[in-house]
Amino acid sequence: MTKRQKRLTLVVGVLAGLVIATALILNAFRDSMVFFVTPSEVMAMTELPERKFRIGGLVESGSVVRADDSAKVSFRVTDTARSVVVTYDGILPDLFREGQGVVAEGWIDTEGTFHADKVLARHDEEYMPAEAQAAIERAGHPPGAGQEY
Amino acid sequence: MLRRIAFPLVGVLVILGLLYVGLGIDSRALPSPLVGKPAPAFQLESFYDPEEIVTEADFIGEVALVNVWASWCSSCRSEKPYLMELARQGVTIHGFNYRDTRADARRYLSAEMNPYDKIAFDPNGEAGMEWGVYATPETYVLDAGGTIRYKHIGPLTPRIIREEVLPLIEKLEAENR
Amino acid sequence: MIAELGNFALILAFCLAISQGVLPLVGARTGNERLMATGRSLAVGQLVFLAFSYAALTWAFVASDFSVEYVARNSNLALPTQYKVTAVWGGHEGSLLLWVLLLAAWGVAVAVFSKALPRKMLARVMGVLGIVSTGFLAFTVLTSNPFNRLARVPADGVDLNPLLQDPGMIAHPPLLYMGYVGMSVVFAFAIAALLSGRLDAAWARWSRPWTTVAWCFLTLGVGVGSWWAYYELGWGGWWFWDPVENASFMPWLTATALLHSLAVTEKRGGFKVWTVMLAILTFALTILGAFIVRSGVITSVHSFAADPDRGVFLLSMLAATLLGSLALYAWRAPRVGLGGGFGWYSRESLLLGNNVLLVVACAAVFVGTLYPLALDALGLSKISVGPPYFDAVFMPLMMPMLFLVGVGPLIAWKQADPVETSKQLRWVFLVSILIGIAWPFAMGLWKPLTALGLGLAAWILLTAAVDTRNRMMRRRSQGVGSMLGALRPSFLGMHLAHAGLALVVVAISMVNSYEVERDVRLAPGDTATAGGYEFTMLGVGGVRGPNYDADQATIEVTRNGKPVATLTPQRRYYDSQSDMPMHQASLHRRPTRDLYVSLGERLSGDAWLVRLYYKPYMFWMWVGGLMMAFGGFLAAADRRYRLARERSTVVAEERPAATGRSAGQEVG
Repeated sequence: MTKRQKRLTLVVGVLAGLVIATALILNAFRDSMVFFVTPSEVMAMTELPERKFRIGGLVESGSVVRADDSAKVSFRVTDTARSVVVTYDGILPDLFREGQGVVAEGWIDTEGTFHADKVLARHDEEYMPAEAQAAIERAGHPPGAGQEY
Repeated sequence: MLRRIAFPLVGVLVILGLLYVGLGIDSRALPSPLVGKPAPAFQLESFYDPEEIVTEADFIGEVALVNVWASWCSSCRSEKPYLMELARQGVTIHGFNYRDTRADARRYLSAEMNPYDKIAFDPNGEAGMEWGVYATPETYVLDAGGTIRYKHIGPLTPRIIREEVLPLIEKLEAENR
Repeated sequence: MIAELGNFALILAFCLAISQGVLPLVGARTGNERLMATGRSLAVGQLVFLAFSYAALTWAFVASDFSVEYVARNSNLALPTQYKVTAVWGGHEGSLLLWVLLLAAWGVAVAVFSKALPRKMLARVMGVLGIVSTGFLAFTVLTSNPFNRLARVPADGVDLNPLLQDPGMIAHPPLLYMGYVGMSVVFAFAIAALLSGRLDAAWARWSRPWTTVAWCFLTLGVGVGSWWAYYELGWGGWWFWDPVENASFMPWLTATALLHSLAVTEKRGGFKVWTVMLAILTFALTILGAFIVRSGVITSVHSFAADPDRGVFLLSMLAATLLGSLALYAWRAPRVGLGGGFGWYSRESLLLGNNVLLVVACAAVFVGTLYPLALDALGLSKISVGPPYFDAVFMPLMMPMLFLVGVGPLIAWKQADPVETSKQLRWVFLVSILIGIAWPFAMGLWKPLTALGLGLAAWILLTAAVDTRNRMMRRRSQGVGSMLGALRPSFLGMHLAHAGLALVVVAISMVNSYEVERDVRLAPGDTATAGGYEFTMLGVGGVRGPNYDADQATIEVTRNGKPVATLTPQRRYYDSQSDMPMHQASLHRRPTRDLYVSLGERLSGDAWLVRLYYKPYMFWMWVGGLMMAFGGFLAAADRRYRLARERSTVVAEERPAATGRSAGQEVG
């Protein structure tokens, strides 16, 4: 093969790879992108989303209820304005705590109950999941309001 | 020569730019509607002595920090050394002991590691509601007249203390003189 | 006092690093032999001072000197001594000190083992290493000094994060940093070669063993991290596509591509530009990794506390690396030749395919990790892309790559014959398909993706066996000794690493398809089943550890009524943070399955939440990872890399089928 051909091989190979990769990535993104919604936005929904989504906020104090005979648990997630009832079947993360930030991923039923198949709380010393933080911000505490020295 | 690297160069610059913008996202800046308003009223037992009653009036009178903490809160633990340092520098720090038990909290505040002047014991989070506490730790700066001038959610870091808290306290104390 | 001495040594090391970044390069530029020779002694000096500095910090931990802020935050009196020693790298500042220490150690290793390098080349390598070292030391001294004192000394420290009080954590960061830092050496070779304008086979041969060793450490680091996540952190998960995990995985992918691309550059003189780009990219990704973990730009399970100042510094380093390298490339690249030609079907073309797939996989991980950040930064929306994205992208990319792993080693350089290959491998191909079809049936449930994974794993193992056999049979007439002699360490190392990959693929396929996970409520006497095993809760009792109290459940495992094991998962409450319970899982490990039990929280009465796992072939993952790393070490130990003897041995390594120029000629 001449140098020119070799160069062509390289270019074609790399281009083909890139095209396939782009297609794969876009496709995968479309299928697995999980949007983040605040409890207030959930309550304002008029139709149920078909896809899974995430809600975030604070675990409302005193709202955690455990089932007696199974690993099921339910609690309310609030953005300080509205709250959503979340149910989960399984072991909650170590740092799940009332009054602390939490993010749940799952789907919502017609009754307005959110069925989580994943519950995330911070694992380290950090304070609050970014998404939980955002939920509170969006619920009527817009950035920059009222802050002065 | 430049043409050879034009494509990667653009990519690199875009990525670096995005990362730089990403750095600027301060997800912890959460302003409170209470800033600029007087400290909300409350009436609670003193943490040290159940007989004694602490109200907002006890927190007012000089420029002070009010810190909401709990023994179960690991972030509070991480900011405690910095509070100690502030207290050593002569800053008055009051506290709300939030949704806690006295026994646990006493262990948390071993004698030589207590930065707080007055502590209101708030096992049910009553005052917390009034003060708009989302979660622990939270820190407020009160001016001498009892107006909330600043609020920080989450643990204090040396940087926040250096760049925000201390300058503000100095400014407020200067106003007071 | 000791801490001040440590700080002083750190600053001295910083000064030495600056000199090392300047003097040898100036020497190489002006041809001044004495300046060129300074690189070696400066590297040794740096190592000595950093070792002293590191020892000083360790002493501060062992002696519980809480006047040092870093010690006060990451240790306390009750911490067992072995964890006091490892707590040195438990936080940001100390782990950075370990990083620069290891970097200095690699620098000295280069100085010691590269005596046969041309002096100018060595001087440039040492100079570039000096610059890298300067960057990281400046970062340490200016933004993250571990020796800062507290004005008021606390009576006791905070504690080492209990998650880090674990043997897996002792090994994970040093191994990972060894890999990261090793990539600096590879980067230094690449930049030195660009500076000299000589991107040739000799450069490839010099940097190849360093790349391989760095890759091995990176592999071990990633593997041990996954293992740690599996039993300590993750409730049984072993990979989460967490940004921090991705931060270590991205350089691993490009380093793997680099290993293979270097083979082409060394043996055939091809892919030079590509190889040098990969070396630079890999190094840049290690800095990006540091940025992701240490700047707080991405919040993650195990990122260090956020500090934008550090982020800006690391970002500047990243920018300097990338822009500097690009500029150097633009300046020097016209002098770089293209290398030998090759056919459509040749080892080169397959290695090219492997490279493209690996780099594309890396790009996919990159996009998945940073795209949500980009959207957030631009204020568009908050999204997350979880494991489904990565699985969906990774699977289709890895399948063809695994197929190539099987074929690549068997075919000739330059031009091979597809017909001959298919003749040679048709039985292996058929047997692999059969295994792929039959094995899932044996597991009880047939799934196409599992079959594909297992078939590909079998394909890699069988082709490796065929290649080994062929190589030995060629020397059949010369006796058994000669037949074994044909299996050179580099050859065995390659196949060992590939076989390790096959085992990992088996483990992933099996776990993804046949894992059983159950969260159940168990009171004493209750039984739950998972994966054909019965788990009976006998009771929960209290246990006292060195610095924690624990609830310990005793769970008896039986299979069809016959006893298998007694497992004792714990829920630990460390004294320093009794509010934050930690789980200690209990495992029963057999070659074809792990049983894994974690104790959750207490429910009403004496019932507890318990997580039960049946994890088929999990063990193969760790064995496979070890085999990959060990294979790499074996290949790096190959005699032909010892430069003193390079010419006589390299030619013998060439395959008879390869008719192109031998690598030995390319050196000249």
